[in-house]
Amino acid sequence: MCHPFIKSSFSVFISIIYLKKTAVFNKKKNRFLETLIEWIFRFSGSITTLVILLISIFLFTEGWGLFHSSTIEKGYVLCVNQENKVANLSPKQVKEIYDGNITNWKEVGGSDAPIEILRMDDIASLYTEEEIGSNFENLPAKLSEAMVQRKNAIGFFPQQFIGKDFKGRILPPETISPSEYFGGKEWFPTATPAAQFGVLPLILGTLWVSIGAILLALPFGMAVSIYLAEIAGNRVRKILKPLIELLAGIPSVVYGFFGLVVIVPFIRNLFNLPVGETALAGSIVLAIMALPTIITVAEDAMRTTPVAMKESSLALGATHWQTIYRVVIPYASSGIMAAIVLGIGRAVGETMAVLMVTGNAAVIPHSFTDPVRTIPATIAAELGETAIGSAQYQALFMLGAILFLLTLVLSIWAEIIRKDPKVQ
Amino acid sequence: MKRIVLFMSLMVVAFGSAMAQKVKGSDTCLPLVQKEAEVYMKEGKGKLTVTGGGSGIGFAALIEGSTDIAMASRAIKFDEKMKMQNGGRTAKQVVIARDALSIVVNPSNKVTNLTREQLEGIFTGKITNWKQVGGADLAIVAYSRETTSGTYEFFKEHVMKNKNYKSGILSMPATGAIIQSVSQTKGAIGYVGMAYVTKDVKEIHVSYDAGKTYVEPTVANAKAGKYPIVRPLYLYYEVKSEKKVKPFIDFVLSAQGQKIVDQVGYLALK
Repeated sequence: MCHPFIKSSFSVFISIIYLKKTAVFNKKKNRFLETLIEWIFRFSGSITTLVILLISIFLFTEGWGLFHSSTIEKGYVLCVNQENKVANLSPKQVKEIYDGNITNWKEVGGSDAPIEILRMDDIASLYTEEEIGSNFENLPAKLSEAMVQRKNAIGFFPQQFIGKDFKGRILPPETISPSEYFGGKEWFPTATPAAQFGVLPLILGTLWVSIGAILLALPFGMAVSIYLAEIAGNRVRKILKPLIELLAGIPSVVYGFFGLVVIVPFIRNLFNLPVGETALAGSIVLAIMALPTIITVAEDAMRTTPVAMKESSLALGATHWQTIYRVVIPYASSGIMAAIVLGIGRAVGETMAVLMVTGNAAVIPHSFTDPVRTIPATIAAELGETAIGSAQYQALFMLGAILFLLTLVLSIWAEIIRKDPKVQ
Repeated sequence: MKRIVLFMSLMVVAFGSAMAQKVKGSDTCLPLVQKEAEVYMKEGKGKLTVTGGGSGIGFAALIEGSTDIAMASRAIKFDEKMKMQNGGRTAKQVVIARDALSIVVNPSNKVTNLTREQLEGIFTGKITNWKQVGGADLAIVAYSRETTSGTYEFFKEHVMKNKNYKSGILSMPATGAIIQSVSQTKGAIGYVGMAYVTKDVKEIHVSYDAGKTYVEPTVANAKAGKYPIVRPLYLYYEVKSEKKVKPFIDFVLSAQGQKIVDQVGYLALK
């Protein structure tokens, strides 16, 4: 992938060396050119670093706002009767109440009485249009009245219509805590009145799919790259390698559709499942997508093994396989590690293909035959429609930051393994 | 010479697009509004650039003032309305067409009739097997659109009476993907715009009166007001720019514009 760049920068270096050698006549001019080129390199290097740094800072600052915002939709309040003993409700409790799963106040620490749910629609049916007024001028008074009359009600109203003399008690807005965000098991970003932002299922979904993909892609990828580098004849390699590289050029949405139409029904029939959109389907599609990267990079690394090393191994009486196993692979280990990291990177960050085949159900997966929802798929599917600056928008940016950290940890880990003297 | 021509044509393009009205937003409205804009421009009435992205993107652009018209498959949210007001602007809403949603199941499924309450039970996870609603002993696999789609919100408000979907719901990125999945999964159920229904899936007759009458989702039934699951499609604009955008909106609402609505597969207003 990076060949052209390496080649061009290499040729620049060569020309610099060449310039140095011939700089007998106009030393001064050449030295100026040299420093200029050096500065250009330095400049582009620092610009790249700066841009990457700024992007990640942007990601984190946008996401961090989440922990200061309320789960209740902006511009709305939750309120109860003055005599109600419940001091506050967690977002989870609010959701359960409005879904009709919690129906009695004693379940959330109040007195033994059934909960009556009020939304704006209910107010419209409780009072006539004349009572409310054509411009809603009497609405604040009516809301107040409704909350006073109903001892067991919980109301969800626009803040705009809460007057100064509102007789109900407004529940304090609950901000999203990091533990709820990172440990929460429910992802309902658009639920009203209280959105649920639990990313645990999404993180686990991403890990399951990526680990599955890498477990499938590694053995195949290694086998093919060893075959191409050491066993295949020149003619076979010349045909096979471009073909494999061609696979990398297929758009991911095409892989996704192929997965949905071919792999998903296949998995459903094979395991006799009710649904074929599973983590396994995602893993298989991602494995196919990661293969070209792994094969090309690993094969390139193996082919850099000096012929002298291989020949001396063979001269010492080692078989072809022993040479591959003891000489070629250890020599190319850092390149192979790079191949694996690039492959994992592709799998962790892949969006469209996964969006099509994993079913996107935000539940914690227990096996590879469960539907999962991954982080990139969530961001891709939701960011376009969400209101900018809302809690959901921030939650999605935080997801981006988590993904960033995940890949960062992966590459640091790969770097440590690469530097391990045992591997080298 | 060539360079000058290229430069001039680029200028024309840049200038032209600066003059054109910008329309942005919902992907559901996109095919319709695009078609309307095509005819509108062909008749030389004005210039428009129509782009998708989603209802949220459209509203955000309207708030910023970077679009003249926002397309939406959901009504403007309170938060978005307040943001407009804070900037000293007011959004005006126009309903341009309606879209009926069909409930679809796998063709092999014997169930044809479902009530709204049963649909609510299925999508909130209280009903999990087809035998509970008179079908075969088969697990129900419910497909939904993505959480941010206008269709998702509409279905939640209208059919599920504001209850939340079950957490194990399978959400698909596009209508086509729902059709594909429902057609190949035996226990599947999902909802799609009526215009998208193909022969690979079976449409459910829906009852909103607790099982007294079941209505088949057809264009005629939807237009007659018999079929209950129908949603409006909107255009929003800033009140102050009314003069600028009115000709196009009037065109969409005209008899000619509404004919295009029918052609694209949505329901005309009259």
